[in-house]
Amino acid sequence: MSNRIDVKKTYKLYINGAFPRTESGRTYEVKNAKGVFVANPCLASRKDLRDAVVAARAAHAVWNKATAYNRGQILYRIAEMLEGRRGQFVEEIVNVTGATKVKADKEVTEAIDRLVWYAGWTDKISSLAGSTNPVAGPFYNFTIPESMGVVAAIAPEAPSLLGLIDAVAPIITSGNTVVVLASTKAPLSAMTFAEVLATSDLPAGVINILTGKKDEIAPWMASHMDIDALDISGLPSKKHAEIKVAGAENLKRIHSFKSADPGRIIAFMEAKTVWHPIGL
Amino acid sequence: MSFYGLVDGTDASLKSYLGNLSGVDQVGAEARAAMLATRSIKTTSKRWAIDTAITMVDLTTLEGADTPGKVKALCTKAVRPDPTDSSVPSVGAVCVYNDMVSVARKHLDSIGGHHVPVAAVSTAFPSGRASMPVKIQDTQDAIDAGAAEIDMVIDRGAFLAGRYIDVFNEIVQIREVCGDKAHLKVIFETGELVTYDNVRKASFLAMAAGADFIKTSTGKVAPAATPPVVLVMLEAVRDFYEMTQVRIGVKPAGGIRNTKDAIKQLVLVNETVGPDWLNPKLFRIGASALLNDLLMQRMKMDDGYYTSPQYVTMD
Amino acid sequence: METTMTFEYAPAPESRAIVTIKPKYGHFIGGKFVAGGKHFPTINPATEEVLSQIALAGKADVDAAVKAARKAYTNTWSKMSGKERGKYLYRIARIMQERAREFAVLETLDNGKPIRESRDTDIPLAAAHFFYHAGWADKLEYAGLGTSPKPLGVAGQIIPWNFPLLMLAWKVAPALAAGNTVVLKPAESTPLTALLFAEVCQQAELPAGVVNIVTGDGSTGALIVNHQGIDKIAFTGSTEVGKIIARAVAPTNKSVTLELGGKAANIVFDDAPIDETVEGIVNGIFFNQGHVCCAGSRLLLQENVAEEVLHKLKNRMEKIRVGDPMDKNTDVGAINSKEQLAKIIELAAVGDSEGAERWSPACNLPSKGFWFAPTIFTGVTQAHRIAREEIFGPVLSVLTFRTPAEAIEKANNTPFGLSAGIWSEKGSRTLWASQQLRAGVIWANTFNKFDPTSPFGGYKESGWGREGGRHGLAAYLKGVSHE
Repeated sequence: MSNRIDVKKTYKLYINGAFPRTESGRTYEVKNAKGVFVANPCLASRKDLRDAVVAARAAHAVWNKATAYNRGQILYRIAEMLEGRRGQFVEEIVNVTGATKVKADKEVTEAIDRLVWYAGWTDKISSLAGSTNPVAGPFYNFTIPESMGVVAAIAPEAPSLLGLIDAVAPIITSGNTVVVLASTKAPLSAMTFAEVLATSDLPAGVINILTGKKDEIAPWMASHMDIDALDISGLPSKKHAEIKVAGAENLKRIHSFKSADPGRIIAFMEAKTVWHPIGL
Repeated sequence: MSFYGLVDGTDASLKSYLGNLSGVDQVGAEARAAMLATRSIKTTSKRWAIDTAITMVDLTTLEGADTPGKVKALCTKAVRPDPTDSSVPSVGAVCVYNDMVSVARKHLDSIGGHHVPVAAVSTAFPSGRASMPVKIQDTQDAIDAGAAEIDMVIDRGAFLAGRYIDVFNEIVQIREVCGDKAHLKVIFETGELVTYDNVRKASFLAMAAGADFIKTSTGKVAPAATPPVVLVMLEAVRDFYEMTQVRIGVKPAGGIRNTKDAIKQLVLVNETVGPDWLNPKLFRIGASALLNDLLMQRMKMDDGYYTSPQYVTMD
Repeated sequence: METTMTFEYAPAPESRAIVTIKPKYGHFIGGKFVAGGKHFPTINPATEEVLSQIALAGKADVDAAVKAARKAYTNTWSKMSGKERGKYLYRIARIMQERAREFAVLETLDNGKPIRESRDTDIPLAAAHFFYHAGWADKLEYAGLGTSPKPLGVAGQIIPWNFPLLMLAWKVAPALAAGNTVVLKPAESTPLTALLFAEVCQQAELPAGVVNIVTGDGSTGALIVNHQGIDKIAFTGSTEVGKIIARAVAPTNKSVTLELGGKAANIVFDDAPIDETVEGIVNGIFFNQGHVCCAGSRLLLQENVAEEVLHKLKNRMEKIRVGDPMDKNTDVGAINSKEQLAKIIELAAVGDSEGAERWSPACNLPSKGFWFAPTIFTGVTQAHRIAREEIFGPVLSVLTFRTPAEAIEKANNTPFGLSAGIWSEKGSRTLWASQQLRAGVIWANTFNKFDPTSPFGGYKESGWGREGGRHGLAAYLKGVSHE
């Protein structure tokens, strides 16, 4: 039994590839399953959200221009980094949520495999969601699915790591960038995951992670005119209507999902159809 | 004026001349420039390229804060880039604003730099937004003060608005002011022209109007002298030579910061217009920071180890 | 005009030190390197130096390989989820990226192609092909080939010498992604990168027998084609051999895909972007020494710009650097073998005798090794043999046309149908031409561009099936491939 004192981690936000504290200076307590204090993660404010959206918007110009192959390689790299640190994630999940080691292990494994699954979609989704269309005229007509821009997401309360990855990965697969609010009760996996992102060659601002309260942040996500779409899977259904009302101001595309499938990618893409005459 | 028999000075003739030019495919042009950037220039050819690049540098200061002191220091560096090594050649020219020309010329002459010409930017550089009389006066002042080279800017607004004849006539007028006292470089500001088609058009327009050199940029706007832009200009110069037997010079300026960049430019010249252009009479590089990197690379080749900025002078 | 020193590029050789070539190789069967029987040399075609002794697989070797592939299929690979299969392919892709330089040097030594091409084209594309297909392994139900597509079993794959590692990737990656196991035979003159690939399979811990590599010559290929224990044949090579294979498998249940020869028309309209077009012509026929099935070997120039284009083309060809493939500044390397060089020389002589006008830039060709200067023949017509037969070397036949319809007619007037090029700045014309051309791959304002997502394959006698993209998966899944 060592008398050594641990160096405890300070949990901050992840915005634009950096780890700033919340501009509000607020934190909240996270206790583990046994009721013991673990950490004071940031209680993000609407201004943090505002800054994250600015970062995400700038990053979209870069991320959307990257080739699908490049995006796939980066998503795979995130999986490589996560696999390399799986032990830490398992420990953190066990500590904070009280899950068994077996269950935590299963969650981390699934999270890694999920990233690999999405990595393989970047250069295939247009085979699925695009088409050439045989219009009745001398035109070459094709439909190409494109990313929308900035998507905001509310991650589910549980599972704290897999739920976050299931929220952000399908969004960025096609070239969107994302601002995600992590699980409130179990936010630490999200912030440790941010460290993985920071070492994966992911351009700054592609994924931005906030920790805090859903009731505080979600309405601001819904009303923000520079957010193009929302994933509200993490919000209880009774809250969906009011979010959709607020989101109607700029006709945000608002969805919630129950599982992982390519539909989640396509839901955050726009179909563009082009006509071009064929002739001498 | 004969304009090489290519146009007759009218709007219609100019439009027809420019309209007949073949277009440029962006992807293809960039691919060609990228392939040439993979050329591996080592050992003896690298050493030759470094020295050649030094002789091509138009050592430049174009700041609002320029003073006679700054300009004199630049001139000293231009004549003897490395005070510890007299084998380093002088640069191609010194480039300053027209009110600094006489300071530069006097100082160069006082330190044995008669062989280094002074180039002046002109015609309301960098924006080009002023009346023609002002632009003409700007040019005349520089020549009177001793400038042997004039770097003028084209009116990009007129170009983008399709008033090619206005752009053309401005160049013709400035060429007349230069007479046989100064050679004329015409700056396109390619970053504002944006498309390679425009760069090609501007090149043929300027050459027909009497440019001695065509130049990419003022150095104040990015992107500036990217390899594909320089490639397109070199191809135009090559084609112009075939049409007229006249060799026009090319000057990339801006964004060429290190030896690697400079060597890439020389490779472009070599494999597009050919080795006849690989001298300061026909190719210049507008730069300031580049010179020290060339010197450092030269040192490394001679000494065999990496050097530090401490071993070159800041100006 | 004062004379200027020419800017001669000093030698810029890539170092050989990164590769270790064994003096002798056997086969890779059941996850292990096993000794071979008879051996034959593989040489560096730029120097004629012997690089190594390669085993010639006979019946016993091929039987062992098929047995190992079948065992791996039945016991391991067909039982594994797509998710896990995919991860092996990702590992392979990543290791290929890690060892990219080693592969590039080895490819150049064995094949004769310039190091720049190996380094910048062959090896990156090969790794990308594995990366792309890794992602399909657990998504086959989305490929439009059925809700639960099944693999065929054991695939016998025979690949050519022009892009050795890339052709291996084109064959192995989709086969494995779809759940098959393979027995692959690299070309006689270029086995080394395939043998290095076997090491990568070991490093990736690929289950034994999933990939088996047997080296040899045409006789080995025949053993594979005729083997009863193989479910599917994939072949890239000449049309002549492709037909032999088609006949051989006709009475069997084997499915087969073929990627064969071509005599692509590269069509230049009068509104083409001239300088980029000239680059595209050069790239189309001189890239990889013209050893390209989809090479733009017939240049069809619109008559009103023919003179201008030819003038620029010749000037451009003067700048082509032919020489030591290991020099980073070399553009065109060595012809792959003595046999191929003889074929090229023979067909070029036919061009002369048919009355076409031959032109080459002056080239300093090395004394050792197999070399052919980039060559164009002008005044060629459809009736000339050099307009009809695949030369598979750096020889371009130049024809002219008057109207777009005539261009299409000439372009299609061939039993081949692999690829074509269109040069024009007018989108509608480009699309119109691509609609009319009977070719499986059409390049507009570009040429010789490949991507794992982009299906590749030919019409007519250029072959059966496609490789790459969603379409390429069909070759390796049951019920949707050719019968």
